Amino acid sequence: MEKFDTLSGIAAPMDLVNIDTDMIIPKQFLKTIKRSGLGVNLFDEMRYNLDGSEISDFVLNQPAYRDASILVAGDNFGCGSSREHAPWAIADFGIRCVISTSFADIFYSNCFKNGILPIVLPEDQRDALMKDSEKGANARIEIDLVAQTVTGSDGEIYHFEVDAFKKHCLLNGLDDIGLTMEKVGSIDAFEAAALSSRPWV
Amino acid sequence: MSPKTLYDKIWDAHVAHAADDGTCLLYIDRHLVHEVTSPQAFEGLRMTGRTVRAPDKTIAVPDHNVPTTLDRANAATMTEDSRIQVDALDTNAKEFGLHYYPVTDVRQGVVHIVGPEQGWTLPGMTVVCGDSHTATHGAFGSLAHGIGTSEVEHVLATQTLIQKKSKNMKVEITGKLAPGVTAKDITMAVIGKTGTAGGTGYVIEYCGEAIRSLSMEGRMTVCNMAIEGGARAGLIAPDQTTFDYCMGRPHAPKGAAWEAALTYWKTLFSDDDAHFDKVLTMRAEDIAPLVTWGTSPEDVLAITDVVPDPASFTGGKVGAAQRSIDYMGLTVGQKLTDIEIDTVFIGSCTNGRIEDFRAAAAILKGKKIKDGLRAMVVPGSGLVRAQAEEEGIAQIFIDAGFEWRLAGCSMCLAMNPDQLAPGERCAATSNRNFEGRQGRGGRTHLVSPAMAAAAAITGRLTDVRDLM
Repeated sequence: MEKFDTLSGIAAPMDLVNIDTDMIIPKQFLKTIKRSGLGVNLFDEMRYNLDGSEISDFVLNQPAYRDASILVAGDNFGCGSSREHAPWAIADFGIRCVISTSFADIFYSNCFKNGILPIVLPEDQRDALMKDSEKGANARIEIDLVAQTVTGSDGEIYHFEVDAFKKHCLLNGLDDIGLTMEKVGSIDAFEAAALSSRPWV
Repeated sequence: MSPKTLYDKIWDAHVAHAADDGTCLLYIDRHLVHEVTSPQAFEGLRMTGRTVRAPDKTIAVPDHNVPTTLDRANAATMTEDSRIQVDALDTNAKEFGLHYYPVTDVRQGVVHIVGPEQGWTLPGMTVVCGDSHTATHGAFGSLAHGIGTSEVEHVLATQTLIQKKSKNMKVEITGKLAPGVTAKDITMAVIGKTGTAGGTGYVIEYCGEAIRSLSMEGRMTVCNMAIEGGARAGLIAPDQTTFDYCMGRPHAPKGAAWEAALTYWKTLFSDDDAHFDKVLTMRAEDIAPLVTWGTSPEDVLAITDVVPDPASFTGGKVGAAQRSIDYMGLTVGQKLTDIEIDTVFIGSCTNGRIEDFRAAAAILKGKKIKDGLRAMVVPGSGLVRAQAEEEGIAQIFIDAGFEWRLAGCSMCLAMNPDQLAPGERCAATSNRNFEGRQGRGGRTHLVSPAMAAAAAITGRLTDVRDLM
């Protein structure tokens, strides 16, 4: 997994609550057996007309935001389906950080497996960053995962919380499975004990 | 010992390793796998030379992509990319030695219907699947939730998940449901109250007289949509209804093992005075037959209501409500019963079980669907289909003018050919009314099976109580 430590980039504003994973990557793109190549279909139905031409007022089609690497979004981002195709598409587009007041549980976990940092901020701070991101390509936002800060284009600094283990994995690009394999003794012991206490399982 | 909730008990019984910061390895008893969210996970195993740690606890069934038309044995009914996914599951299931129900097996169906039906899902278990509606299995008092594909790979390789414990939330539904009001209305009413993020960070335990009175089918409907309220999982403590459902299922324990299991299952309830971080109480008598008007499952109203004014909302919901009304092609103040539909879909992991079909058939018996309406019933499994045929329910649907399909996810998420065209409007018994969910530009109103049947007859959203 790609490491994440600091990021300085253009933030695209998506001031809409409940952006669900069907919006992020519609079902017809889930028929792939690969993880790559989904960026072109990120937000497909909001981004393209039926004939495949771009919908010009969609934020990621606007010249200022075509190279955005941060999204600032409305409440409850990533709700709905568990499809990891959503973070795959986001990362493949080049977005490495999403800022909102809240995230759906499964999507939030999925981000960390794909080198994306989801940041939860209080409403007023998210709103301030939303305003900031509306300024376009000249307003860069900076993220520092080690310090757990977001710095707006005017220099305002916001602190965010992140689980220490998830932070460690993201900073070092660690593979979860490899880490768990190191604890295989505990799993073996659990399985052996469960076999006698709950043999029907 | 301090009192524990049901969730506390199941959690504690599955911690294989706990780090100082509370990060745990949670042991997984059942891993359900389908064709859409698993190919990359199996590919990951191959690339790293890993294997499936517990194939005997891993159950695979194709459901999302499969056609539900009677001619689906003909390979041409599936698009190339769908066939590749189903073929990949076939290969992976064989190669890694998983329990497998292929498309040709009468037991095939929606993974969340097959699991309970075959007795894979039992009280007190941990159950995961790369699908958010895994919450369904919580109806048995098992801790069940959806995971992403990276976690699918993690569970395949290690039979554990890296987890931190959620908080406890209690949702109590007191009293008795009125006629025409069902489990679907309960779960939609709760989401209408909490909002789609109200459950975020929590595991919900549903309790109270109205929940206790539900069949297992109804309880599965309630827990299924816990995820639409943002909860990690929904739970219902097992009782005699649960035990009766499980007994004799192919993979349920038998004989002495059954007795031992039963003794354990009877300890699975929240202790008196157990602490819940959040409590919501609703009266069953206050719940009417419900419909969604917008594009979020929280956009719930009684069928007797009218399309709301976006100005009546606050914050970010004002803009969202206007967007929903525009997308759905509705007018503020329009009576919900004046909304005309052109499609009815009865099925899905929410409402694709026998009891759902009985409820719809009771309304449809001796009646015809509205002229020109497209109506489809998609059984949750081949066994549900067979039972409905045996009970004469299938014939009621067919006589009324419904298409009687084979099992699959179908129009719930429209990955197979069962889709809405732009602008088409559907009364659906599924779980999500998101923009484009049932097809780009398609408009979805979520309802119970009885309400879907009523809408099929009149061609508009209808109060089922008027037809009873």
